[in-house]
Amino acid sequence: MTADSSALPVSPEQADEQAPPRGRGPSLVWYFVLGSLFGLVLIKSEVVSWFRIQEMFRFQSFHMFGVLATAIAVAALALALLKRLGALTRGGEPISVAPKILGRGYRYVIGGVLFGVGWVLTGACPGPLFALLGGGATVYAAAILAALAGTWLYGALRSRLPHY
Amino acid sequence: MLEILARPWPWYVAGPLIGLLVPALLLLGNRQFGFSSNLRHLCAAVAPRGIDFLRYDWKRAGSWNLAFLAGTLCGGFVGGRLLGSPGPVALAPQTQAALAHLGLHDLSGLVPREIFSWASLLTLRGALSILGGGLLVGFGTAYAGGCTSGHAISGLASFDRASLVAVLGFFAGGLLCTHFILPLLF
Repeated sequence: MTADSSALPVSPEQADEQAPPRGRGPSLVWYFVLGSLFGLVLIKSEVVSWFRIQEMFRFQSFHMFGVLATAIAVAALALALLKRLGALTRGGEPISVAPKILGRGYRYVIGGVLFGVGWVLTGACPGPLFALLGGGATVYAAAILAALAGTWLYGALRSRLPHY
Repeated sequence: MLEILARPWPWYVAGPLIGLLVPALLLLGNRQFGFSSNLRHLCAAVAPRGIDFLRYDWKRAGSWNLAFLAGTLCGGFVGGRLLGSPGPVALAPQTQAALAHLGLHDLSGLVPREIFSWASLLTLRGALSILGGGLLVGFGTAYAGGCTSGHAISGLASFDRASLVAVLGFFAGGLLCTHFILPLLF
């Protein structure tokens, strides 16, 4: 949409990069622990399974919908509670969730559909690609390299793609 | 205890645990749950090559993400190797029939061995599924600015309209691929 990529509106993730340093912040070990829980749950609930993704997109089982719906509901309740309590982070700053820019939504529609096709082909989202690799399905290393190539390609084409 | 953990976990256990990651990451360091940023950080670390999208301080923005990713690999190892499920995925019979119709008969693992093996990378079906699919996952999530964790879970939980549009896109793409692309490819 624009010839100059620097004219693109700032996305939340960029805003994050531009934020002032947060001091030392919490130890990375905590993020590792939460990531381990994530990987374990992904594998043990079989949401990383190509078969389960097929079941979902054929509307033949409630399993995937149940996982997604309860995850969203619990997260929404927790967010509302944190807001109500005016909770602070461990570092003492107020908790903030930056809203995303919608505009005409080109990036969400086109990017979303392309990711949806890839989700069904690989049977995995980005998180599950790594959980499957850790779980011993080594060929997913090739899928991860392809995903990195895809992200890189987006970066290269970004200024020529419609976004908002 | 280990025997119970090794069985597949039901949706009402898995979903809430995943949902709790959202407040946990916020409380820990004001971080928004989202996995696909890792792909961007890894690209930025390896080959930024004059691409604006990849030229930023990935260590400052992404250390926490990459620590989370290392955990995901590790959790996958524990779940897949140490606590591996004793049987195949308990798929709906209609799905089994639909997959047989597509020519898939080995339903014994978490993923179909007939497609996801190193040998099948040399077949059109395998290469398109693994490499083509991977490429679309990377391109699509970068373009949309998030994946299932960032848009479907974090985004919908904070009632973000942009995330809702993205999630509708995910499902449109998934339905399209399941019902129109897979029958051509298989």
